Amino acid sequence: MQTDFIKKIGWPRIIIALFLIALFIVAPAAGVSVAKSLEDVIGRFGMFSILVLSMIPMIQSGCGLNFGVPIGVIAGILGGVTSIEFGLKGFLGILVAMVLGIIFACIFGLVYGIILNKIKGDEMLIATYVGYSFVAFMSIAWVILPYKNPVSLMSYGGTGLRQQIPVANYWMQSITHADGTRESVGLITNFLAINIGDNLRIPVGMLLLFAIMAALVWAFFKTKMGSSMIAVGSNPEYAKAAGININKLRLVSVVMSTALAAIGIIVYQQSYGYIQLYIAPLAFTFQTVAAILIGGASINKANIVHVIIGTILYQGILTMTPSVINGALKVDVSEVIRLIVTNGMILYALTRRSKA
Amino acid sequence: MKKSNLTRFMVPVLFLIICAIGIALAKPPIAYLTGEIGRRMVRNSFLVLALIIPILAGMGINFGIPLGAMAGQIGLVFVTDWGITGTPGLIVAALIGTPIAILLGQFAGRVLNRARGREMITSMILAFFIFGWYMLFLLNIYGSIIPYKNKKIILSQGYGVKNALKLDVAHGFDKLLNIPIKFPLWDKQKFVLDVPIVTILLIVAICIFTIWFKKTKLGHDMRAVGQDQKVASNAGLYTDKIRIQSIVISTVLACYGQIIYLQNIGTLNTYGGQDQAALYAAASLLVGGASVSKASIPNAILGTFLFHLMFIVMPQAGKALTGDAMIGEYFRTFLSYAVVTLALIMHAYKRHKEMSTAHKLAQQEVKEEK
Repeated sequence: MQTDFIKKIGWPRIIIALFLIALFIVAPAAGVSVAKSLEDVIGRFGMFSILVLSMIPMIQSGCGLNFGVPIGVIAGILGGVTSIEFGLKGFLGILVAMVLGIIFACIFGLVYGIILNKIKGDEMLIATYVGYSFVAFMSIAWVILPYKNPVSLMSYGGTGLRQQIPVANYWMQSITHADGTRESVGLITNFLAINIGDNLRIPVGMLLLFAIMAALVWAFFKTKMGSSMIAVGSNPEYAKAAGININKLRLVSVVMSTALAAIGIIVYQQSYGYIQLYIAPLAFTFQTVAAILIGGASINKANIVHVIIGTILYQGILTMTPSVINGALKVDVSEVIRLIVTNGMILYALTRRSKA
Repeated sequence: MKKSNLTRFMVPVLFLIICAIGIALAKPPIAYLTGEIGRRMVRNSFLVLALIIPILAGMGINFGIPLGAMAGQIGLVFVTDWGITGTPGLIVAALIGTPIAILLGQFAGRVLNRARGREMITSMILAFFIFGWYMLFLLNIYGSIIPYKNKKIILSQGYGVKNALKLDVAHGFDKLLNIPIKFPLWDKQKFVLDVPIVTILLIVAICIFTIWFKKTKLGHDMRAVGQDQKVASNAGLYTDKIRIQSIVISTVLACYGQIIYLQNIGTLNTYGGQDQAALYAAASLLVGGASVSKASIPNAILGTFLFHLMFIVMPQAGKALTGDAMIGEYFRTFLSYAVVTLALIMHAYKRHKEMSTAHKLAQQEVKEEK
C-alpha cells in the first residue's frame, strides 16, 4: 500500500517536494521573506503555466515531449510585435497579439506537424533541431522584416528589431505601492489582483486565464476528437484498427501545442515587460519540458494536474534555491541548480523504461 | 544502389555550391582563405573524427562529446593553474583529462543503454546535465575547496575560475614543428598555409587508430551490435558493454580533440567552449556525406573542410549581399543547424519508410499463411 503510494507519485517528485518545503522552512533563517518568496513562486507559476500546458496535446497524441516549443514561442512573438506595430494598447493589444499569434501558430504548427508525421519515433531529437533551426532562421527575419514602430526597432542606427522590446506602454499599467514606489505591472497580471498582507500579491488574472485554458484543454480531451487523440498516443495499433486518421490527429495536436505556446509566451511577456527576440525563444524549451516531467508526466502521458504540480515545484525550486543558498552562504548557484534540475529531470524521464 | 550514392553525395555537392556562391559574392583574398581554412582544419578535424566510433556501434551521432571536451578543459585549467607550459603542459592536461573522460564516458554509456532508441536526444541532454556539474566544480569548488596556485585564473571573489583564460600551453603542439608555406599566385594573390606537422601527425594517428580499431575483434563486435542488437546478443556478445566501450572511446577522443582545438585557439572560454563542439562536429560530419548510421574518415575530413569554408565565407558574403555582417553571422548559424536537422529528418524518414514496408510485408505473409 505504502510502496504503491510512493510508486504512484514517484521518488523524484517526493524528493523535490520535500526539498522545496525544507527551503521554505529554512528561508527565514537565511533572511529571505517567505511571503515575498511565495509571491515570486505564484507569479512565476502564472507566467509559465500556459507554456507548460502546451506540452499536453503532443504528449497525449504520442508525439512525445515538445522540444519544439520555440516554434510556438516565435508565433507568439510575431503576434506581439505585429500588434505593437499597429499601435494597439491595453487589453485590445494583448487580445490582438494572441489572435495573431494563434494564426501564425496554426501556419507554423501545420508545417512542423507534417514534418513530425514523416519521422514517427524520432520526434524529440528532430523537434529540438527544428526548433534550433527555426530560431536561427527567424534571427535573420528579425533583422529584415519591415517593422516600423520605433519602440520595436534597434536604436543608434542599427538595423532590424531590438533584442528586447519593452511592452510597458502597451501591455502594462503603472501602479503605486503603499510605500510610494511605482511599478509597471502587466494588465493580465494585475487584473483582479489581490493583496494579502504587505508582501504577498496574487496575480488572479493570470491564474484565471490559466484556469480557462486548462479547462478548455480538459474539455477538448472529453470530446470525440480528444479521446481519439488519446487512443492514437496510447495505442496506435488499436487506433488504426478503429479507423482513426492517425496523421490528422497528430497534426491537430501539434497545432494545438504550438498555439498554446503562442498564448503562453504572450502571458509571460506582459508580465515580464519585454518581448525577447533572437535566441531568447530557445530558453523556454528545456524549462517547460522539465516542469511537466517534475509534475509526474511521462513521455507518453500527461494531464493538467501534472502541469500544475510540475510548474509549482519547478518554479519553486528555481526561485527558492538560489535565494536561500545565496542568503545563507553568499554563493550564487542559480545557473548550476537550473541546469542540474532541468536536465536531470529530462534524463530521468528519457531513461525510464516505458511500461508498454 | 545508384540512388543511395546520389543522396550520399548530394549534401557535399550542395555545400560546395553554397561555398562557391559565397566566395563569388565575398571575393575574399586567397591568402586569407587558405590560411584560415588550414588553421580550422587542424583545429577541428580531431573532434569530428571522435564521432565515428559510436556511429559504428549503432548509437547515432554522439551529441555527448561535450563531456569529453569538458574533461579536456578541466585538464587545461589545472595545467594553467600549475604553470606548466608548452607541450609538457598539454600532455599533463591530457593525462588529467583521460580518467575524467573515461568516468564520464562510462556514466554516459550506462545512461544511454537505458534509453535505447533515443540515444541522440539523451546524449544531448546528458551534455547539458554534466555541464551543470562542471560549472559547480569550476565556479564554486575550484579555489574554495581545491587549492589554487595561480591567482590570475581565479575570479575576484576569491574562488571560481575566470570566464576566459589565456592558455600558457597555447600552440604547444603547433609550434613544435611548423612549416609555413607561402608563394605568390596570379595578380597580387598569395597562397598561405601553415603546416603544423605534429598536430597533423596526431590527426593522422587517430585516423590510423580508427582504421585499425575497425579491424580488431572489438571493432567487429561493435559493428555487429550496430547492425542488429538482437542478433549480436544471440551470438553471445555483451551488447551493453560494447556500447559503453564505444562511448568511452569517443569521450576520451573528444577530450584530446578539445585540447588540440584549444591549444590552437590559445584562449579557453571556460563556461562556453564545449557547447558548440558537438554541433559543429556533427554538422561537419554530416556535411561530408555521412549519415546517422554510416560515417567514414573521408566523410569527416571532407566535411570539416566544406563546413568551415562555409563558416569563413558566409559573414563576408552576407555583408556583400545585404550590407549587414550580422545577417551572414545568423545565416551560418542557421545553415549549421539546418544541415543537422535535414540530415536527421532524411535518416529518420528513410528508417520510417523501411520499417513500414517491412511491417506491410510481414502482414502480407500472415495473410498468405491464412
